[in-house]
Amino acid sequence: MTEAVQTAAPTLWSSPAMQARIRRRYRSERLFKGLGLASLALACGFLLFLLASVILSGWPSFRQTQILVPVSIDAGRLGVTAAEAKADPERLRRANFQGVVQDAVDKSVGDAVPLVSEGAWLALREAVEADPALIGTHKDMWLIASSNLDQLAKGRIDLAAPEGDRPVNDQEIAAWKQLEADGKLRTAFNRTFLTAADSVDPELAGVWGALKGSFLTLVVTLLISFPVGVLAAIYLEEFAPKTRWTDVIEVSINNLAAVPSIIFGLLGLAVFLNTMNMPRSAPVVGGLTLALMTLPVIVIASRAALKAVPPSIRDAALGIGASPVQVVFHHVLPLALPGMLTGTILGMARALGETAPLLMIGMRAFLTSVPQGLAQPATVLPVQIFIWSDNVSRGFVEKTSGAILVLMAFLLAINSLAIYLRNRFEVRW
Amino acid sequence: MAAHEGAAADGAAETTLKMTARDVRVFYGAFEALKGVSIDVTKEDVTAFIGPSGCGKSTFLRCLNRMNDTVAGARVEGRIELDGQDIHDPAMDVVQLRARVGMVFQKPNPFPKSIYENVAYGPRIHGLAAKKADMDVIVEKSLRRAGLWDEVKDRLSDSGTALSGGQQQRLCIARAIAVNPEVILMDEPASALDPIATAKIEELIDDLRGRYAIVIVTHNMQQAARVSQKTAFFHLGSLVEYGDTRQIFTNPRETRTKDYITGRYG
Repeated sequence: MTEAVQTAAPTLWSSPAMQARIRRRYRSERLFKGLGLASLALACGFLLFLLASVILSGWPSFRQTQILVPVSIDAGRLGVTAAEAKADPERLRRANFQGVVQDAVDKSVGDAVPLVSEGAWLALREAVEADPALIGTHKDMWLIASSNLDQLAKGRIDLAAPEGDRPVNDQEIAAWKQLEADGKLRTAFNRTFLTAADSVDPELAGVWGALKGSFLTLVVTLLISFPVGVLAAIYLEEFAPKTRWTDVIEVSINNLAAVPSIIFGLLGLAVFLNTMNMPRSAPVVGGLTLALMTLPVIVIASRAALKAVPPSIRDAALGIGASPVQVVFHHVLPLALPGMLTGTILGMARALGETAPLLMIGMRAFLTSVPQGLAQPATVLPVQIFIWSDNVSRGFVEKTSGAILVLMAFLLAINSLAIYLRNRFEVRW
Repeated sequence: MAAHEGAAADGAAETTLKMTARDVRVFYGAFEALKGVSIDVTKEDVTAFIGPSGCGKSTFLRCLNRMNDTVAGARVEGRIELDGQDIHDPAMDVVQLRARVGMVFQKPNPFPKSIYENVAYGPRIHGLAAKKADMDVIVEKSLRRAGLWDEVKDRLSDSGTALSGGQQQRLCIARAIAVNPEVILMDEPASALDPIATAKIEELIDDLRGRYAIVIVTHNMQQAARVSQKTAFFHLGSLVEYGDTRQIFTNPRETRTKDYITGRYG
């Protein structure tokens, strides 16, 4: 054997075969780098295209066309005097604001075509409720324009098309041109979009109801899935004896993480609604259903984070007489928490964007009021987007993209918060 | 017995038994890692365990404070006593046992917390200090005993992991001392350190002798000869020879011990 080594020919580093091998090696490296760069560029391109198209089509939903209308707030037409209004706010609330606004609109811009939104009187009620002394006075108000006028003013309607093919008729176009010429039109920030719930009229529809529904749902999801997931992971990783049963549980958890979300929706429907008779369409049920879906993700991430804590820390704490629970809560958990939070962020982000399981438990109802509690009917942002995208009315097209922007902003906000928290908990090693 | 002979040879005072082990066997699954070890640990001496890698000396050390309980699949048989009380007795609380029998590990493993917190953690969980002032005293005393006080007194709030390797190991010793143990087990405490840091640890062990019963596992035979009064030689899971350090290194009874000490194998 030693002879063979001694008599072996020296390696010819400069031989053509060797040179060719080296060239091949460099070529494959260049190819690999090129492919990687190309896929990165492609991914960035898609992302930019997506963002640009959503922002471009969603931006107008944050702007609102308004018409200047002089309103005379007549106590007789309203059916309530200033003194009565002060004494009985409930009576003021039920007063005939619609009639007052209708009169004002008829007088100033005419009633041939609907130019002012049917919900424009709400602004008057808000103003009078804030200051009942307005009753009996005149007030110039910027009222919300109807959706058709809004779309005209935003230039989103093709005027060259024949009348039958476009959603607005020639009369409306003439009225719009007149208002424009009189300086009675303006475009302002769309407060309605951020403060209202859904509506049949695009100009009155807003995302606040869905946003609050999403928030309430996620709070329930987080409150259930984070503690339960983390405690389950701690028990499995730090305390459970390694037996056949823990293996079965581990495999089941991994499989659950891969189950399609609509299955969890069916489970929620069967368990929470049909068996436990919990309220339909409520954030509490949505939160519970999404918690079921998020749990396996959090358990898996938390176990990985616990595994990554060096065993020497456990030995150190045990070695000076810390009990197993003290070892976990004083030493292991603080080190694993950042990893657990990362897993939770991913789980929550997925839950926030989830539509299918919530359709199953009735969170796709058409709701014109903002949910006031966990047990009240609510919808969530992705479902709201889904509902609006189904709507044929032109005004809802921009609302769909606008709601997507709000959803992304919400997602960005909670992720930033989570990352901030994670960095605060991170122990410098 | 052997303990008394050793004491007489050293010319020191009479020794007292701190821990006794009788026929200790450890199984990892079906594998018998330790095949019936019986040993007495005396209160006044430093006892060194030597032997080649995988001979069971660390395994045996971890039996003395039941750290093997945390190893999955490990089973310990035999009787180990601390001050005449069986440490496997249900009446013996394992958490308290580990406070009484402290441990220093091969790789320095300070907590990723401040130097102060590292030392204060043990006394705090055992409720040894009622007030902040008492805790300050314990921390200072422990760091002084570990010979680290002068180096860290101005930066007690710095992270323990920011210290050098040797300082970290002395911090770990201070952490063990802080809970006022009766026995300190050291598992190759200097094997990850440079020669100067090693010398400091050895000096420290010599300083601590008498105050605590010390058991040290080491690969380094010179170290065993320098710091210990009693030496046990392990081979293939058995205790081959146990006696006075001087006798083991100068006049071993067993040929296996002699071969190991003279560097024939290991």
